Formats: sequence, structure tokens, C-alpha cells
Amino acid sequence: MWTYERRLQFPVNIKEPNAQLAQVIISQFGGPDGELAASMRYLSQRFATPYKEVAGLLTDIGTEELAHLEMIGAIVHQLTRNLSMEEIGRSGFDKYYVDHTLGIWPQAAGGIPSNANQFQSKGDIITDLYEDMAAEQKARSTYDNILRLVHEPDVCAPIKFLRAREIVHFQRFGEALRMTTDRLDDKNFYAFNPGFDMCEDCGN
Amino acid sequence: MMACKEQMLNDIGTVSFCMVELMLYLDTHPNDRNAMEYFNHYAHIKDQLSREFSREFFPLTAKDSDCNKEWRWGMAPLPWEGVCG
Repeated sequence: MWTYERRLQFPVNIKEPNAQLAQVIISQFGGPDGELAASMRYLSQRFATPYKEVAGLLTDIGTEELAHLEMIGAIVHQLTRNLSMEEIGRSGFDKYYVDHTLGIWPQAAGGIPSNANQFQSKGDIITDLYEDMAAEQKARSTYDNILRLVHEPDVCAPIKFLRAREIVHFQRFGEALRMTTDRLDDKNFYAFNPGFDMCEDCGN
Repeated sequence: MMACKEQMLNDIGTVSFCMVELMLYLDTHPNDRNAMEYFNHYAHIKDQLSREFSREFFPLTAKDSDCNKEWRWGMAPLPWEGVCG
């Protein structure tokens, strides 16, 4: 269940449209390390998670990622509204425009559509948490790359906020991994799936 | 004196952010009583501010819409349009 709040997690108020930046930033909407993949990754993984504290964390971070998806959508929307046909042609945005007009569609900067193969839900909490920590770092690197391309303060501010959140989520997933391994023992530290393989001594 | 709309929305954003930070922290530190006190403190402020904001401007959630003659929830501004929109 979810409840919607009619506000962004961090304000997005962009004055000037810029189709070139929009084409780069859309990667965090539907790209391989974007917010849609992040949200679907955590919200899918939580069902097979054997520990309820970890499932709770996946739910809460997955929910925050939905708020980030909305922020990226708002950034791309504000960067592409009121564009002239000349700007659409000149900026190279014409290739996106021909299929989607000014609609927001989940794709990577290179035009590759969002795909569930961008994330994994392995049904093994150790495997999944390592993927989650890697995902947060990959998203942080992408935001760093975006910040090297973007200098407009009204675009940088929300991107910097999102970058900082990746670091916090990485820390929390690290703690969740620690909580998971604390439940294991010397016979199963990183050996097998604690939520699936049953054995008397495996610490379940 | 009533704060302006942007200022108040900004305050709600700040308080809500504190709540998200504390929630994630408490998910992995469920016995930290100080953090729980902070969470309750900010949750209380957020409730008050959201009710006040809804009364003065527009509802942030459907349950705050307090509908009577018109469906205020549907008329509320769309957050992705920003203040420059």
C-alpha cells in the first residue's frame, strides 16, 4: 500500500529549458543505474527476504526511490517544456521527440529502453544486498558524471541531493548486510542462501 | 503570522526529510531511543504543518482534502511543475 503526497522530496524549479541536459539526465529515470530500476529492485527483492528488519529497509528505501523517480521526471519535464522546434532539432532531442513528443519515457541516455534485466531479484539476501550496495555506488557514479556535465545551479541542486542519498542508502544496506551475517555462523558466513537452504547448523 | 506558501512547503520538506533519514536509520538501529524521540518530535511537527498548509493552501494528501463543496485534492497544483512553471 502507498499514500501519495503532492510534493517533491526536494524542490525542482528550473528556469530555462535545456534539451541537451534532459537527454543526459533521463538516464536516471530509465537507465541501467536509474531510479526506476532501483525502486523495482528493492521492492521486488523484499518478498523473499528472510529477516523482517531487512525487508522493512528494502521497502522504505524502495519507496524513497519512487520519490527520486518523480524528481528526475520533474527535472526532465522542466528542461523540455516550452522548447521551440528549432531547439528540438538543434539539440539532438529530435530523435526522442519523434517517438514521445514531450512525454517522459523510461530510457537510458543512449535511447535503450528500461528493462528488468537492469536489476536482479535473486531470492538470496546475501547476493541481493551485495547487488544493492553496488547499485547505490553505480547510481552515485552516474550522478557524479551528470554533475561534470551540468553547471546550472537550479539543475545541480536536486542532482546533488540525489547523489547524497545514494551514499546514505549504501551505508544502510551495509548495515543490513551486517545484520544478515550476524545471524549466520562460522559454517555459513557467505556460503549458502540463509532464506532457502535449511540445515540444523546454519544459524537460521 | 502565516508563512508564505513556498516557505511553508519548504519547512514541510525539511521536516519530512528528517523523518525519512531517521526512519532508515531506525530500520537498522531499532533500539536507539534518542533517534525514536527525534522521529516522534518531527512526526508531530509534520502533522501540524500539513494540517495548517491544507487549511491555507491545498491538501498534500487526499485525506487532508477536507472536501465539502469542491474536490480540493483534484485542484491541488502538480509538484513537478515547480514554482517557475
